[in-house]
Amino acid sequence: MKLIFEESRPGRKLGLLPECDVEKYEIKAPKRALKLHLPEMSETGISRHYTQLAKQTRGVNDGFYPLGSCTMKYNPKINEDMASLPGFTGLHPLQPADTAKGALSLMLGLKESLCEITGMDDMTLQPAAGAHGEFTGLLLIKAYHTDRKDLARTKIIVPDSAHGTNPASAHMAGFEIVNIKSNEEGCIDLDTLRSVCGPDTAGLMLTNPNTVGIFDPNIKEITDIVHAAGGLCYYDGANLNAITGIARPGDMGFDVIHLNLHKTFSTPHGGGGPGAGPVGCKSFLKKFLPWPVVERQDSEAFLSMPEKSIGTVRSFFGNFLVMVKAYTYILSLGKEGIPEASTNAVLNANYMRVKLKDKYKMAFDHTCMHEFVMTLEHEKHSLGITAMDIAKGLIDFGIHPPTMYFPLIVHEALMIEPTETESKETLDDCIDAFLKLYETALENGEKLHGAPYTSPIGRPDEVLAARSLKLKYEFEA
Amino acid sequence: MSSYIPNTAEERELMLREAGYSSFDELYADIPDDLKLKGELALPSGKSEFEVRKEVSSLASRNKQFGTVLRGAGSYNHYIPSIVKSVTSKEEFVTAYTPYQPEISQGVLQSIFEYQTMICDITGLDVANASVYDGATAAAEAAAMCIDRKRSRILISAAVNPFVLSTVRTYSFGSGNKLEIIPEKDGLTDIEKLKEMIGDDAACVIIQQPNYYGLIEDARAINALAHEAGAKAVMSCYPFALALLETPAEAGADIAVGEGQPLGLPMSFGGPYLGFMAATKDMMRKLPGRIVGETHDADGNRAFVLTLQAREQHIRREKASSNICSNEALCAMTAAVYMSAVGPDGMVEVAEQCVSKAHYFAEKLKESGLELKYKGEFFNEFVTKGGDADAIQAKLADAGILSGLVMGSDEILWCCTELCTRKELDKAASLVKEVLS
Repeated sequence: MKLIFEESRPGRKLGLLPECDVEKYEIKAPKRALKLHLPEMSETGISRHYTQLAKQTRGVNDGFYPLGSCTMKYNPKINEDMASLPGFTGLHPLQPADTAKGALSLMLGLKESLCEITGMDDMTLQPAAGAHGEFTGLLLIKAYHTDRKDLARTKIIVPDSAHGTNPASAHMAGFEIVNIKSNEEGCIDLDTLRSVCGPDTAGLMLTNPNTVGIFDPNIKEITDIVHAAGGLCYYDGANLNAITGIARPGDMGFDVIHLNLHKTFSTPHGGGGPGAGPVGCKSFLKKFLPWPVVERQDSEAFLSMPEKSIGTVRSFFGNFLVMVKAYTYILSLGKEGIPEASTNAVLNANYMRVKLKDKYKMAFDHTCMHEFVMTLEHEKHSLGITAMDIAKGLIDFGIHPPTMYFPLIVHEALMIEPTETESKETLDDCIDAFLKLYETALENGEKLHGAPYTSPIGRPDEVLAARSLKLKYEFEA
Repeated sequence: MSSYIPNTAEERELMLREAGYSSFDELYADIPDDLKLKGELALPSGKSEFEVRKEVSSLASRNKQFGTVLRGAGSYNHYIPSIVKSVTSKEEFVTAYTPYQPEISQGVLQSIFEYQTMICDITGLDVANASVYDGATAAAEAAAMCIDRKRSRILISAAVNPFVLSTVRTYSFGSGNKLEIIPEKDGLTDIEKLKEMIGDDAACVIIQQPNYYGLIEDARAINALAHEAGAKAVMSCYPFALALLETPAEAGADIAVGEGQPLGLPMSFGGPYLGFMAATKDMMRKLPGRIVGETHDADGNRAFVLTLQAREQHIRREKASSNICSNEALCAMTAAVYMSAVGPDGMVEVAEQCVSKAHYFAEKLKESGLELKYKGEFFNEFVTKGGDADAIQAKLADAGILSGLVMGSDEILWCCTELCTRKELDKAASLVKEVLS
């Protein structure tokens, strides 16, 4: 379809503003000489353009989205309604605190609920995404060691199954990364961990359940080993949806945690954002939190400046409207609904895993948590069918492909996370689709290489995109 | 209690049995008993949708919404056309993931490509990414792009927004790079001081245009100074200033960043906002975050994909240009719809109205007895001196007007946008006069 610039016609415009009601001021500073090429559109044109784009976009609303590690659960509509209230959207972040009591009180309520769910003592709501939370949490660890003048602690231990953001965040926080190999169960090998822990250990970053969907049963030993060496333990909350209301990272020995509100707490993903990545910590790290922190004084919320704050990690308080959605969700589910969401996420994943495991090899044949990983390594060698082929084939069944080629420790990986908001028949349809694709792979593998067939475009040439870069529309001179 | 789980109790039991489990506890057998939560979470019981609506709405109603907003300082009250919300509340866009599967994500990918084109157009630069979290993190990411083995000093003007300064400082604490603040003189970046401090190992010079006090910097001179010393020039820009003032490209900047909130996003108590980033071709491979490129499929159909992924964390891990994964995609789309709605003439019109109203209001405040703190030319924000700032804020608040930001006992940073009418400005000025008399 056409780009909006190709739809632009000179002179088209909307009638948005009245004429200026004061005298025009002419700027004396050097003016822009470059012509502006923004599109000139009618409102009809804009509306239709984006409606066409929407038709070529797939959201959770369009159907099953079992994208592992991303927790693509249904996003309740009340969340959006609440985040659109003018009493929230119309607030200036720097208006006097006594004129924003409701907003502060909501932030406090959210923070306290999330602390309770995770077993943490305090929390900043400022980080804008999961990776941003990781960076913030690692800076708390850095500030802690620096404050103790324990300056030799320069290394962060990261398992090879970790999300790519973990080592990237540790690097941004100025740490060296020690990658450790996972054991045959996809979990941490305790001896390997012991061998790398020492006086240079700043901390460990861990996801639990891990990226192969297994809860590491040795978690307390793991955090004990790191603590005994003088390091701190960081919990990557990307997979928290498996255990909310069941177990708490704070009780497992974690000192710092980030949450992905756009995953676990159903604020939507927005095609890549905005999200929110609050960071919780144990009380001994409170004084390092980014400013400002929202705190309780009797029944009122107020803003405070932590004594040895690492500073801000962005402007203002964070993605406030995302907080509104997460808080709405927590109020809706409550103490009963929160664990129920997790148990059903785990049930849905195990139901699919068991129904698929006769045909598809599970990377780890073990009760999973909210997601599981299959490997097409055997099929790649015997049939020439890859994880990519199966993933693209699913599109023709109206299903969003699972996460592909992650975690890196599993070859030809497909990572499936159904979430709790999908019905049995949706899961059954997806299981059927997977089984049919397997039959196609056996009988007519060639066909799968060409999938998908029903999407607006076929597989794009990504090599060409990277080699002959075209990153914007070129206007005629 | 609200629940978003479709399966009935019977269906759940059936699924459990079919999966080979006899109880839900069995699913959690890997979690040691002593780590399981004893009892319930200390949270209220779940509520019906009606109750939730009431409770959250009552929180919203405890906030005061000002009819007239004369405060900016990083968050701006502009007119948002109806088409903006109509487009960006489409559920396909709201509930999609990052477009990893291009065959079924052409809509989001094309919208990002169009957004990138618009950001390049307003900044004059060659390449833009798909957005970062906000203007402050965009500045911090820009600084990181300029660091190399020989150059690790970040020079930043004292006249940038305090949140930008604080965020760049926090990121520098992480990376271990040295942050040095270029002093201000008469509200502007002190060019003479910059000459003295720049040396031969500065990575970049960061300024804001217009700066925190609303003053227009001599960007061309500062950027030239940076280049003479072998450093990169970074400009953090107000989007509407880009429509009127010499663009970062014309002024010689290597990287332009800024807070995209003024482009169709409500103030929303500080977020979600949008950090835009554009750079020269030379710096393209150092840009953080997602970048969409054009290609085609096997049948020759135009197609868009995430490209240059070798910069990103999921491929490069600790060697990535940034850790960013989630960005602000829907906010970037908001900005693109906004810019399409106002068009090129509208961008200029909004900018001119902001500037004209600010200058009109400054004159009115002078008539009321306040003085302008700085002599330099300002855009749509300015600092006044005189009067009891807190008393002015309180007086205006009583009339439903959010005054400028109180900067000191007698200093206020005011802001005007196209939404302030002459009548409102006259009224605000007369209230100030009452406080002063």
